[in-house]
Amino acid sequence: MGVDQQPLGDNIITTSLDGLVNWARKSSIWPMTFGLACCAIEMMATGASHHDLDRFGIIFRASPRQSDCIIIAGTVTKKMLPVIKTVYEQMPEPKWVVAMGACACSGGIFDTYSVVQGIDEALPVDVYIPGCPPRPEALLFGLMKLQDKIMKERNSFGSSIGLGERLEPAA
Amino acid sequence: MASTEIMTVNMGPQHPSTHGVLRLVVELDGEVIQKITPHIGYLHRGVEKLSEHRTYHQVLPLTDRLDYLAPMSNNLGYVLAVEKLLGIEIPERAQTVRVILTELTRLKSHLVWIACHALDIGAMTVFIYAFREREKVMQLYEKISGARMTSSYFRVGGLSADVYDGFEKDVQEIIDTFPGHFDTYEGLLTKNTIWMQRTIGNGVISAEDAINYGITGPALRGSGVDWDLRRDNPYSGYEKYNFQVPVGKNCDTYDRYKVRLVEMREAVKIIKQALDSLKPGPVLADAPQVCYPPKEEVYNTIEGLIHHFKIASEGFPVPEGEVYQSVENPKGELGYYIVSDGGTKPYRMRIRPPSFVNLGAIEKMAKGAMIADLVAVIGTLDIVLGEIDR
Amino acid sequence: MTNMAENNRAVIGLKGKFASSLLEIKEFRGEVTVTVKKEDIIAICKYLKEELGYNMLTDVTAVDYYGKAPRFMLVYNLYSIPAKDRIRIKAPVDESDTSIASATCLWNSANFLEREVFDLFGINFTGHPDQRRILMADDWVGHPLRKDYPLQGPDREPYKGRLS
Repeated sequence: MGVDQQPLGDNIITTSLDGLVNWARKSSIWPMTFGLACCAIEMMATGASHHDLDRFGIIFRASPRQSDCIIIAGTVTKKMLPVIKTVYEQMPEPKWVVAMGACACSGGIFDTYSVVQGIDEALPVDVYIPGCPPRPEALLFGLMKLQDKIMKERNSFGSSIGLGERLEPAA
Repeated sequence: MASTEIMTVNMGPQHPSTHGVLRLVVELDGEVIQKITPHIGYLHRGVEKLSEHRTYHQVLPLTDRLDYLAPMSNNLGYVLAVEKLLGIEIPERAQTVRVILTELTRLKSHLVWIACHALDIGAMTVFIYAFREREKVMQLYEKISGARMTSSYFRVGGLSADVYDGFEKDVQEIIDTFPGHFDTYEGLLTKNTIWMQRTIGNGVISAEDAINYGITGPALRGSGVDWDLRRDNPYSGYEKYNFQVPVGKNCDTYDRYKVRLVEMREAVKIIKQALDSLKPGPVLADAPQVCYPPKEEVYNTIEGLIHHFKIASEGFPVPEGEVYQSVENPKGELGYYIVSDGGTKPYRMRIRPPSFVNLGAIEKMAKGAMIADLVAVIGTLDIVLGEIDR
Repeated sequence: MTNMAENNRAVIGLKGKFASSLLEIKEFRGEVTVTVKKEDIIAICKYLKEELGYNMLTDVTAVDYYGKAPRFMLVYNLYSIPAKDRIRIKAPVDESDTSIASATCLWNSANFLEREVFDLFGINFTGHPDQRRILMADDWVGHPLRKDYPLQGPDREPYKGRLS
């Protein structure tokens, strides 16, 4: 940090606003309880005793109004897509989308009349997790990748309160 | 007295206790349910249509994803149906391993049922415990097939490979420890006042109605109908095993809970007997036109490679005809009705999903109950949307 | 016809009462299939249910024999819990008149199962209390399980890079 830490003592640290906001956001990702198919069971297994998502500050919320991440866990059908869009729109900003499993990423093995060939046709996906279904470790890794991505955001908080533009992080 | 107005409440498809993407439109008079209209199809992936475009071997992975809590039971029904069409016999060892694994699947599926059912009613501890035990079965699945959930381990004609070394030891550990875990769940729930108040007298359906609605599996046995496909129309050598079919008396959620718990204990007994009778031997039928050759042959001889390639790319022709084969899935009677036109792909494959038919009775079971009890009824039906919508 | 089909109790009963409406009796791999005229389907089911104890309607489905006449074949799978045996009843339905009487008057399980057949095959069940689409959305066009319906839907160019 650019500030001389010496005169402030041990109880005060200085950091950038981005650093603080991103750190807070990445440490409390609250995903929607939104299971669609097989992947939802692995998502439950990830949240349950063996893998324990809580230690990452990830707590499932049943309401879109209280969550900031949606894990699309399973096959998205054409009948379900409007519902997903509604739920996504009900979530407050900032929000992230995780496509969990082959079906959510690309339609998977279900190349049929009723299946949407990947949720990215409708929502902006942040992290794709391959697998059919992905192992709990894979979901954990995907969520940690999302945390890394959140840490790279620049001025997302400032832009939301009218201070300048949001900056795209360098790739 | 003030006049009451009927209120319509929409439940789902995004709802934590609808076990997936079930949507119920509930008409309420105060808190009392007047009418329930289930809306399903939010997970309709067109499995039946897709199977008409896949060879018989390629259909197998699709069946995993029907009832994704019990993949091996689904596989079993499918491979039995195709084997019936082909008229081939499978070796003893393959049958015994199949029985062990389907019964483990029953445990796995019932563990999710007890976890979610209890969680929906408010008992969080059981959820945490049951998922811990389920992980044991998942690890065994992974060791045996490479996948935790979508195993596709069975093959038409037997198994994809013999079990690994130490399989018996792992299964033995499960059957040694699980009955103690069941005691824990029972200790947490069976005499729990809240649990009893929420489940006794809830979701009552008489035996006659249950048959009329086509309910199968533990839900039917909870209503006092002594009927189990494993005993009454045995397949895969179930006639060799000695097990009891639990039957309920009061036709309510509590009885169905007890039936499923006894079923879990009986499943452990069946696994024990099957494990004792497991003898070395081949795990694939002697039917080279259907079964893949052993891997050593594929890698080392040109004949084996051609053989493998032919089956993988073209599939195998199946005699013209139609069969219906059903198995006792953890949810009920899972049936496969396959029509073959003599080609390498099914002409029509119909899956008779137990959850779909069981769900048809939800209005009968929950009408007149309080809205909070609806969640208990959904839990006791033990539905899986992957199977309902296919 | 083999011995087994002749000795089947349902076949004996049906031959006695509905001889004129039986089209074909077949046995394959130990399963007996009786094809009947669609006009008599309810009478036959009622007889099987009430006289012979086939008390459970396990399944109702259809098969589309596209290009043949009659095009559709309705398939009823009955089970008798007391006797623990099965019988399969089939009824041909032609494309020109895709309607058949609903079995909901006999079994409540027919409700969902027939709705599914209506949804995916477009067969009308007269007398069904609530005939709506069940799996597809209400505004869906077409009946996906018909053989002339493309696997990937009519609005998509099929991907040709693989077998499907």
